[in-house]
Amino acid sequence: MMNHSYWQLFISVYKKDVTLAFRQRSEIVNPLLFFLIVITLFPLAIGPEPALLTRMAPGIIWVAALLSTMLGLDKLFRDDFNDGSLEQLIASPYPLPLSVLAKVLAHWTTTGLPMVLMAPVFALLMNLEAQALSATVLTLLIGTPLLSFIGAIGAGLTVGLQKGGILMSLLVLPLYIPVLIFATSAIDTSSMSLAYGGQLAILGAMLAIACVCAPIAISSALKVSVN
Amino acid sequence: MQFESFSEFLAMGGYGFYVWLSFGSCSAILLAIFISSLRDGYKLRDEVRAQMRREERIKQAKQQEQV
Amino acid sequence: MWKWLHPYAKAERAYQLCNTLLPYFAVITLVCLVIGWVWGLAYAPADYQQKDSYRIIFIHVPSAILSMGAYSSMAIAAIIALVWQIRNAELAVISIAPVGAAMTAIALLTGAAWGKPMWGAWWVWDARLTSELILLFLYFGVLSLYHAFEDKKSAGRAACILAVVGVINLPIIHFSVEWWNTLHQGSTITKFDTSAIDPSMLWPLLINIVAFAGFVGLVTLIRLKNEIIQHEKHRPWVRELVGRGE
Repeated sequence: MMNHSYWQLFISVYKKDVTLAFRQRSEIVNPLLFFLIVITLFPLAIGPEPALLTRMAPGIIWVAALLSTMLGLDKLFRDDFNDGSLEQLIASPYPLPLSVLAKVLAHWTTTGLPMVLMAPVFALLMNLEAQALSATVLTLLIGTPLLSFIGAIGAGLTVGLQKGGILMSLLVLPLYIPVLIFATSAIDTSSMSLAYGGQLAILGAMLAIACVCAPIAISSALKVSVN
Repeated sequence: MQFESFSEFLAMGGYGFYVWLSFGSCSAILLAIFISSLRDGYKLRDEVRAQMRREERIKQAKQQEQV
Repeated sequence: MWKWLHPYAKAERAYQLCNTLLPYFAVITLVCLVIGWVWGLAYAPADYQQKDSYRIIFIHVPSAILSMGAYSSMAIAAIIALVWQIRNAELAVISIAPVGAAMTAIALLTGAAWGKPMWGAWWVWDARLTSELILLFLYFGVLSLYHAFEDKKSAGRAACILAVVGVINLPIIHFSVEWWNTLHQGSTITKFDTSAIDPSMLWPLLINIVAFAGFVGLVTLIRLKNEIIQHEKHRPWVRELVGRGE
């Protein structure tokens, strides 16, 4: 019985956030547009030579993905904080990490997943080779939920602050570095037609750890911010 | 003593600029954080003292009112 | 041990402990710093390869060690603050952070000044330099998060959470960066028995490490005293103390 209601809580929090995001379509479209625009800026800034772009594509795609994830993070807890439903979640008898997990996954579904789906198209813009394409999609698939988890810690810490947005990027970006390093190196390795399973495995391990540890850290951060 | 003269000591075998740059910046940072920590402390104690004097004055003013 | 430690959770006792420890740290720092710098700069023999430029090691290595040491002690204090809800540990986190940031800045600056003559560039994207830079970002994150909160009570807790998250990530960041690129020379004194460094250079280096550790302790104590007064300024014992002119 109890297990059943935990599951219900998870589903209802998840559904609520996803439905809200789909109602305000800009929340889904804006990060994607931002992703596209950042990618467009790089060829304009460094020159359009195809060889150069191919070499830099993994880094550019990943930096763009990182920045557009940051864009949505500020809103992750902000609305719930303002209308008081965050307080309700904390005060409810259900474990807070569970509802936080649902919220983070909802955030990933609305910002990370569209990016994963659109990545092949954007990779073509950057002249990425076909063999590196699957690596790009796979790293994004494993990496973007990781970004959401780590970012949500920063979002939880700064949600009570007036100008939390910039501060949050300052807190979160250094923690993103390992993800960036392993993801881009996986894409680099795959474009040399080498096996990149190792990097993917490390990313997966980090995701598994984040799944377990991040919700706890996020919940204690939220408790600090709310009272 | 590794150096024959003071000018040789300053020159550091041609690396004087780098050596003195790093030792200089190091002592600057160490001194800055040390002095600022001490100054914060003095300022804080002055503030507490000022607050205490203010409360004392308020107390006295209230007593005079009652009289 | 708990019986012995527990009174120090009280602000007044902690303040007194700071006062008792301060002179020792001050003396150790001053003596070791003077000896270490004079020995390192003037008496230690020149390196056969790097000539006199290697003398930067006498501040570079201690500050790099202490930058990480300060972070780990900050994280330990943060864990204590979060688990046992001890306010003084929170204050300690906030007192250590600026000192650690200063150590990191020194390590970076001296590293740059050493890198220019040795590698030919002020900055190279080498693993250790990069992780040291990220360490500086983490320190800045803790400090700016603390100062962003109006309510210092939640500020302390938030800073503690960030410090703990940072310390979990630190090894991951370190190894990922190491794996990403390595150009830096290996550690000089990891193993004391088979040390790659001559005793005539090792001794001043060790003295300098003690001096820097003493400095970190000294400034942390001064800042911790300030923080305690700041948080307890309405308490009678602080008033009495300040009234005495201490």
